[in-house]
Amino acid sequence: MKEKEETTYEVPIGPIHPALKEPFLIKFKLDGEEIVDAEARPGMNHRGIEFMGMHRNPMKVIPLSERICGICSIVHQHMFTTATEHALGIEPTNRARYIRTIMCELERIHSHILWAGVAAHEIGFDTHLHFTWKIREKVMDLLEYIAGNRVNYSMWTFGGVRRDITSDMYPKVFETLKYYEDLYEKLEDIFLDDPSIKMRTQDVGVLTKEDALALCGVGPTVRASGVKKDVRIDQPYAAYGDLDLDYVIPSRYGFENKGDVFSKTLVRLKELLQSIEIIKTCVEQMPEGEMTSEPKKAALFNKLEKRSGEGIGRIEAPRGEAIHYVRLVEGRSDIDCWKIRASTYNNLATYRPMFMGEQIADIPIIAACIDPCIGCMDRAEIIDVDSGEVETYTKEELHELSVKKTERIKNRGIK
Amino acid sequence: MPTQTIYTLIKQLFTKKATNPFPVKYAPENMHDAAELIEKGELEINPPVKVPPNLRGKLEYDKESCIGCQLCVKVCPSEALIFKEDRTVRHHINRCTFCGQCVDICPTNSFDFTDEFLMAGPRKLNDDLILNP
Ligand code: SF4
Ligand code: SF4
Repeated sequence: MKEKEETTYEVPIGPIHPALKEPFLIKFKLDGEEIVDAEARPGMNHRGIEFMGMHRNPMKVIPLSERICGICSIVHQHMFTTATEHALGIEPTNRARYIRTIMCELERIHSHILWAGVAAHEIGFDTHLHFTWKIREKVMDLLEYIAGNRVNYSMWTFGGVRRDITSDMYPKVFETLKYYEDLYEKLEDIFLDDPSIKMRTQDVGVLTKEDALALCGVGPTVRASGVKKDVRIDQPYAAYGDLDLDYVIPSRYGFENKGDVFSKTLVRLKELLQSIEIIKTCVEQMPEGEMTSEPKKAALFNKLEKRSGEGIGRIEAPRGEAIHYVRLVEGRSDIDCWKIRASTYNNLATYRPMFMGEQIADIPIIAACIDPCIGCMDRAEIIDVDSGEVETYTKEELHELSVKKTERIKNRGIK
Repeated sequence: MPTQTIYTLIKQLFTKKATNPFPVKYAPENMHDAAELIEKGELEINPPVKVPPNLRGKLEYDKESCIGCQLCVKVCPSEALIFKEDRTVRHHINRCTFCGQCVDICPTNSFDFTDEFLMAGPRKLNDDLILNP
């Protein structure tokens, strides 16, 4: 037997759950229940989508790019198209800019509501999961009505959009926005005022402002810590330059910029309101004009083949800033280089400070709080450093631990 | 809040369901028999869900108006379109991603969307999964 104090355990979580798009591995060091170290390792499932893109012409890559993510399909489509537009020197029309903005914000609404449901599920509130996913259907219906499909909207093209939002669609848009405005109070009541949810989220997974800045986190994850970072304001794209936006940080609403799971929930909920306002303004101010500045597709093809250039597309995705880089060279119809950096990649680094000092039962909610689109607790092994014994936690067991903790808190008010 | 829970539960009994109904109320023991019954009109099925007006559903292809310019083949991301020797295109629905790039680019509007979306078949190369075979 070794000395008594050497009782840290190592717990790898991940890397793969076949149903998920971003499998990765987190290795935890545990001292009893407490997490003393966490190390995130991405890159477990390289799909080679960039490689595929580099063997196709840019027109073919638009539908491919939106398939990078099922939730952020507009985000990737937008970044790829704007990066290529940048490389070619094409400007989208003003009407297209507004339509793009509306679609981006509709996507943010559905993504944030989906996240709220996932977060509730991770701490054992499955009724809230069903509630949020039910109300999310409304915006999915609107997206389907506008784009012709629930996901993978295929709306973007170089120089603009392929589908218009005409004035006869406005009533349906406003109806949907009204639906969420009416429900908003209830959402806040559930996620911000419920005592047991509060106990599971307040002071859990804290990310300080210093850490957030040092680790280059993005999106709601760092805005919850009070970092003023939002591409929509810092470097406006689409129609955001015409809008009057402010950073959504907790102190704007009289809360502390704590950076815990509670603040992250708060930021995401407040962003719902912000998105609703943005869509309203955009619909009201929508300029007349063409949908695309490149209506002649055959001519566009020539352009794509004849010009070289490099381009960058940046966007504030629901999860934070993301970037696409595209390079085209003359005489080659395929894309020469395509690089994608999605927001979760940055946010993975923020896991370490957030996990430190927390309990195993908090792993699911903290892992979910950066909104990584994972339920990657597929398999966790606990290795006893001394004896090399391996215990395995499945996703269900971890989830159960989390649910039990909520019950404990509910019943006795203790952690 | 238990009172609110009970209120919500009772209210949900009388509101329209958020989910879509299954085609038949009880799962049939044998799908083929059920399919035959439906064909004979002895078994009624719940109609498929309503689709929005601009749905990107199954494509239709007008062979007569096609001029064989191959633009659609160039933009199809999933190689669902194959150029044939008679200067028309064959369309494999099983490969199609319904992106609509071919619909947009075709100079003679030979491709168009329909609002049909039930396309499952027993085999990939079923006749009804290939247009202009
Ligand atoms: S809709 Fe898209 S995937 Fe389908 S045939 Fe047309 S271009 Fe190809
Ligand atoms: S683009 Fe239209 S006309 Fe040209 S080959 Fe395709 S279907 Fe025929």
